[in-house]
Amino acid sequence: MRSGIAILTIVAFASVPLWLRDPYLMNALITTGIFIIGAMSLNLLLGFTGQLSLGHIAFFGIGAYVSALTSLGFDVGLPFGFRIVHVPWPPIVGFVLAIVVAGLCGYLVGLLSFRVRGAYFVIVTISFAEVVRLVALNWVELTQGPLALTNIPSITIGLPGLGDLTLRTKLQNYYLVLAVAVVTYVLISRLVHSHFGRAMRGLMENETLAVSVGIDVTRTLTLAAVISAGIAGAAGSLYAHYIRIIDPEVFAFINTVTMVIMVITGGKGSLAGPVVGGMIFGLLPVFLRPIMAPEAQWIAYGGVLIVILFVLPRGIVPSLALRFRKPKSRAETLAPVAFSERDAKEHA
Amino acid sequence: MTAIALKVEKVAVHFGGLVALSDMNFTVGEGEIVSLIGPNGAGKTTAFNVVTGFLDPTHGAVSYRGTALNGLKPHQIADLGLIRTFQRTSVFPNDTVYDNLLVGLHRRGRVSLLEAILGLPRARSSHRRLRERASELVEWVGLERRAHDLAGSLSYGEQRLVGVALALAAEPSMLLLDEPVSGMNASETHTFVQLVRNIRDRGVTILLVEHDMPMVMSVSDRIVVLNYGRIIAEGTPNVIRNDPAVIEAYLGQGATRA
Ligand SMILES: Nc1ncnc2c1ncn2[C@@H]1O[C@H](COP(=O)(O)OP(=O)(O)O)[C@@H](O)[C@H]1O
Ligand SMILES: [Mg+2]
Repeated sequence: MRSGIAILTIVAFASVPLWLRDPYLMNALITTGIFIIGAMSLNLLLGFTGQLSLGHIAFFGIGAYVSALTSLGFDVGLPFGFRIVHVPWPPIVGFVLAIVVAGLCGYLVGLLSFRVRGAYFVIVTISFAEVVRLVALNWVELTQGPLALTNIPSITIGLPGLGDLTLRTKLQNYYLVLAVAVVTYVLISRLVHSHFGRAMRGLMENETLAVSVGIDVTRTLTLAAVISAGIAGAAGSLYAHYIRIIDPEVFAFINTVTMVIMVITGGKGSLAGPVVGGMIFGLLPVFLRPIMAPEAQWIAYGGVLIVILFVLPRGIVPSLALRFRKPKSRAETLAPVAFSERDAKEHA
Repeated sequence: MTAIALKVEKVAVHFGGLVALSDMNFTVGEGEIVSLIGPNGAGKTTAFNVVTGFLDPTHGAVSYRGTALNGLKPHQIADLGLIRTFQRTSVFPNDTVYDNLLVGLHRRGRVSLLEAILGLPRARSSHRRLRERASELVEWVGLERRAHDLAGSLSYGEQRLVGVALALAAEPSMLLLDEPVSGMNASETHTFVQLVRNIRDRGVTILLVEHDMPMVMSVSDRIVVLNYGRIIAEGTPNVIRNDPAVIEAYLGQGATRA
């Protein structure tokens, strides 16, 4: 039944461009999709390890800048008279580098914070995001600072037998984002249900016990941070090549908060949570814009957030799942085959 | 004389001014069942914490099968096959009993992340083996009927069994049990004693902390008695039963309590 819902959802999303012609709405859907990928990556940490990254947008922004710079090329001076000159590479290479560099940054942040836990990770991630924002703002030779990197090329993909396809239109970018989102979802789902995922869950529930059966805390959390940051970097790259202009404002704290809200309302620790929460808070502005002043919109977001968490405190997806399934087990795909058969016989 | 599995040498633990353990020396041979007994606050749990890396001793050294354990982290010590249970019930409360065991099987379940993500055959067959093993363990501790209940919803005695099953899942070559039968009723305790013998018969060395004297006397090869952080006696159950220092420690404690 789960995979049924998943396939239906994908088909529904895939059919949207067939009936939706409004470019404004398409644009909102694409950016929402990109943010949902970011929220899914945040959920891997927040929902499955319990670690709150309050600078998550840093990985997204680094992905965006790395990808943009890779495809635009640059020529910067370094101390002692060195220069780095980089000629433009295809955006798809930028996409890959965005994942790698963001992942490396996740490794660094994890290394700095996971030896001691608690509030450490929160503080390190916030500081990291601020430092990166300041670099983007002030290293004008590389990033153009507040003037922004402009004319970022669209992503080109090579189709076997069909030649190169440059994804310029909203329609093309919509399907690109949808494809990356689906891959991300599957990736995270596999991870969460692997032995690595069980290690993460064990750590979150009872760290002392988890450690006593041989689970390495530092390694597990750092790995989760690397993967999470890498995915956020991929989302940032998509953003850069879709919007085609990027400035240090991308690192704004409010962007992290948006992702956190998407995860919490949708349901942290649930795979579909960030998708549901992301759709609500990604598309809310579209509906509120015509009827409200910007300041009133912020108040409305707060109101929606409070109402959702008041009615469904665990977030939308987990609360609804509880209501409809009344499960004894929360082991979604860990469903133990051997036992369910035996139980079925017993109950029969 | 069997080979020495665990060796505790001159271990001392100070908490500020409090001396929880002083100059502790003892060994456990391969395949032995040794009990560590003593009044509350004698330092038994502290000794477990030192051996399993949860606590660094103020002085002294511990080695297991010739490997020095000083400075190793708990998960590294677990990787040597030295696995413990906890005095306070310790389960993954929001997971089913069955899923608890899957987490416990971490050591056996390692496959590369890439294989797991791509769902390669090796990862799948490994997962299938883990499920079989988890079912076996559930059966072994007699919790089949509870396999799909959340561990946090089980009775105290049942949670203790889950704790032991979790430790077994980690494939110990030596098992440290901290008051495993406290909170169990008589029949659960009886079953548990059988279980401990079973585990030993499979070649697992056991160090047991327990207050239930009949159980300790019946199951142990050797007993080490602690009082105020010092070893006051050591020997077979028969020797310990008649040791004046031991009687004194227990009676003395009884007298102050009364
Ligand atoms: N983390 C700690 N900090 C301070 N004192 C402790 C700590 N752990 C144990 N103690 C003290 O050390 C002594 C031994 O405790 P413990 O090893 O738990 O005894 P037992 O397990 O034999 O009942 C007690 O006096 C206890 O209060
Ligand atoms: Mg104790």
